[in-house]
Amino acid sequence: MAWLDRTARSILLADFASAFVLGMRYFFSPKKTINYPFEKGPLSPRFRGEHALRRYANGEERCIACKLCEAICPAQAITIEAEPRDDGSRRTTRYDIDMMKCIYCGFCQEACPVDAIVEGPNFEFAVETREELMYDKDKLLANGDRWEREIAKNLELDAPYR
Amino acid sequence: MTKIIIDGQEIDVPGEYSLLQACEAAGVEVPRFCFHERLSIAGNCRMCLVEVKGGPPKPVASCAQQVRDQRPGPNGEPPVVITNSPMVKKAREGVMEFLLLNHPLDCPICDQGGECDLQDQAMGYGIDEARTREYRRGVTDKYMGPLVKTQMTRCIHCTRCIRFSAEVAGVDEIGAIGRGEDMEITTYLEKAVTSELSANIIDLCPVGALTSKPYAFNARPWELRKTESIDAMDALGANIRIDSRGAEVLRVLPRVNDDVNEEWISDKTRFVVDGLGRQRLDKPYVRRDGKLKPATWQEAFDAIADRIKTTKPEAMAAIVGDLVSVEPVKALKDLMTSLGVASLDCRQDGAKIGGARASYLFNSTIAGIEEADAILLVGTNPRWEAPLINARIRKTWLRSGLPVARIGAPVDLTYDVRELGEDFSILSGLADGSHDAFQILKDAKRPLLIVGMSALSRPDGAAILAACARLAGATGMIGPEGAEGWCGFNVLHSAAARVGALDIGFLPGAGGRDVAGILDGASKGEVELVWLLGADEIDTAKLGNAFVIYQGSHGDAGAHRADVILPGAAYTEEDGIFVNLEGRVQAANRAVFPPGEARENWKIVRAVSGVLGQPLPYDDLKALRAKLVADVPHLATFDAPAGSPGADAALWGNVGAAGPIGGAPLAYAIDDFYLTNPIARASRTMAECSKLYVKRPLAVAAE
Repeated sequence: MAWLDRTARSILLADFASAFVLGMRYFFSPKKTINYPFEKGPLSPRFRGEHALRRYANGEERCIACKLCEAICPAQAITIEAEPRDDGSRRTTRYDIDMMKCIYCGFCQEACPVDAIVEGPNFEFAVETREELMYDKDKLLANGDRWEREIAKNLELDAPYR
Repeated sequence: MTKIIIDGQEIDVPGEYSLLQACEAAGVEVPRFCFHERLSIAGNCRMCLVEVKGGPPKPVASCAQQVRDQRPGPNGEPPVVITNSPMVKKAREGVMEFLLLNHPLDCPICDQGGECDLQDQAMGYGIDEARTREYRRGVTDKYMGPLVKTQMTRCIHCTRCIRFSAEVAGVDEIGAIGRGEDMEITTYLEKAVTSELSANIIDLCPVGALTSKPYAFNARPWELRKTESIDAMDALGANIRIDSRGAEVLRVLPRVNDDVNEEWISDKTRFVVDGLGRQRLDKPYVRRDGKLKPATWQEAFDAIADRIKTTKPEAMAAIVGDLVSVEPVKALKDLMTSLGVASLDCRQDGAKIGGARASYLFNSTIAGIEEADAILLVGTNPRWEAPLINARIRKTWLRSGLPVARIGAPVDLTYDVRELGEDFSILSGLADGSHDAFQILKDAKRPLLIVGMSALSRPDGAAILAACARLAGATGMIGPEGAEGWCGFNVLHSAAARVGALDIGFLPGAGGRDVAGILDGASKGEVELVWLLGADEIDTAKLGNAFVIYQGSHGDAGAHRADVILPGAAYTEEDGIFVNLEGRVQAANRAVFPPGEARENWKIVRAVSGVLGQPLPYDDLKALRAKLVADVPHLATFDAPAGSPGADAALWGNVGAAGPIGGAPLAYAIDDFYLTNPIARASRTMAECSKLYVKRPLAVAAE
């Protein structure tokens, strides 16, 4: 009696009705997409985005040129040169990250003994030329200044798990 | 030999071995901070604790216990030492915890980080967390001169630096004040350590308390490319390791070679490297209208070829400097010989040496100094001419108290010296036995004579050399031939290139002029073309109107006077052979590439020969070395001294030349240890040292 069943379904527009019900269910359910860039998804405090060099509250840069991040970097994206500053403290004269080499593994922030180099929450740093992705110390410190509040908050949230 | 059981393994070692050495002989590693093979035993760090069965029921410091003092078992079994028991581990962990109580946790900013003994051993014996919350000791940093940076809070009081300065360097200028926690290592008066070997305490320091000041914060040990090479600052040929990053040499460290430099190097060897980056000749220059203008290699070669083709061979000359390896000297000699030039010389200072090889070598060998039982220094200041030879003499003197006498101006050599006066004419008296010092040398079994360049470069240098040879023969300094034979006749060179150049005979040929003759001829206009291969120590004002080709690495005296500059590699930038003063052939290796358009020196000479249409018969270093060995066979034997030549009358009778010896007092050849060559003169660190140590001697008495 399969032909009777098929005929009844087609006369009663059963496929149409079930498709309409499905469509309506999705129409009224919460949306899975967001309206980027006006809306953004949630980020974990451990999100590894664009790098930043942080400062202490008194404005002194944190980085002490220990070069552990340079040593651990699996992509060899970090280049550091150092010399004694006029007050005798150990500081970098050059801190470069090649963001095209970087694989965002986060080893640099794990290696840093003073939480100077961190991967912040920013993931929107697309640029138009390759050169702009060769980050130098000024750029990284500027990133740190711009993102300090978010970075500090993230580190605080993540601290219990470290 | 005494039997001893170490960790269940029975070994046979000399009874005077310390337990620590016995452990090493058994292949068991024992951690240590204060113990060092070349210094006296202090036994104060307690890190080398081991358990000794049958001994006291406590761990003992293995560095301070001898094998023969151990008690055997009840049935005469060998004594038992255990290094891996829980008791030993616990004891060492306890020592480590005490050491770390006051040691700051500043490894990330410490230059020793990555090559620190404390860091390494804390990985094995440290605990992860401090158990105390008391304050940590802080110590003010001390001033130790322009070479050594101090961070005394990190000090763990192993006293290696104190023992080094007292025993090896011979200057009692570092010491400890206070006791227990208040102990501080200090230079007492906050003054620089006045020793040419002072920077070795940087290597000795097991922690980061003493680090290198010029190298401060520059690099980490893991980023450096390490090249084993040979030093060219003095004729000793110290074995060094060149640490470089990119195109820059960052530091020089000693390598262990018991026959040459033990494990020390002089401050000049260590810190001259910043001169390699300054005042460099990195492109060819040609003088046009009285001014040196940058040029291409081809223009420089053309300028040279034009002059050489229009100059007679008798009017051409070549002088070799102090820092070049054997290969370019050989190439230059072959080129000059093919042009028919006879006026060749490698003795910039005009020393009257040459001829038989034994007459210009340090025949006793450097290690042989330790066997000597009487030493006569003739016109030499070994402290500046070869600091490590001076350290060897001091080591021998400390051990045996041997008599040391000197002819020449008094200088503090860090050991007792009997002054025979500044009048060299007493040499003849010594040689025929009329002077009382003769008997001391005669009675000695292994007497040693060291004659320096200061004496040999005097106008009567040849007569002095002949008198020295006569004296050596008369006092039995020259024994039977061969490796066991003693030969105490030593010439102390001060230039790394000299012995190698003498070996291949870079000396005036038939009818040729020596350095004085070349300069004289140039000022008179008889010599029209002079090739200076790194020669800067001559009086360039005397070069007159001659056409000067300067080939070298640094813009110094020679380059200022040059008409054509050919930029060459420095000693860290090319593979080369250096023959040290005892005739030991050693290979230096390239650490970095020469800057800019500079090239290896032998290649430059080879290229010029091509432009002249008389190409030298070698196109690569291998072929050049093959030619070198074919002409001078003994250069094929690496790393072995020449050996005693024996008491051959034909050899020793012809050394030097007979003649009167003048009584004029002598001026030492080196008037400033820190500025003896173009690289040192370009170095900022060396200039600072010179200012501090030489130009303005410290006024100690006033304080």
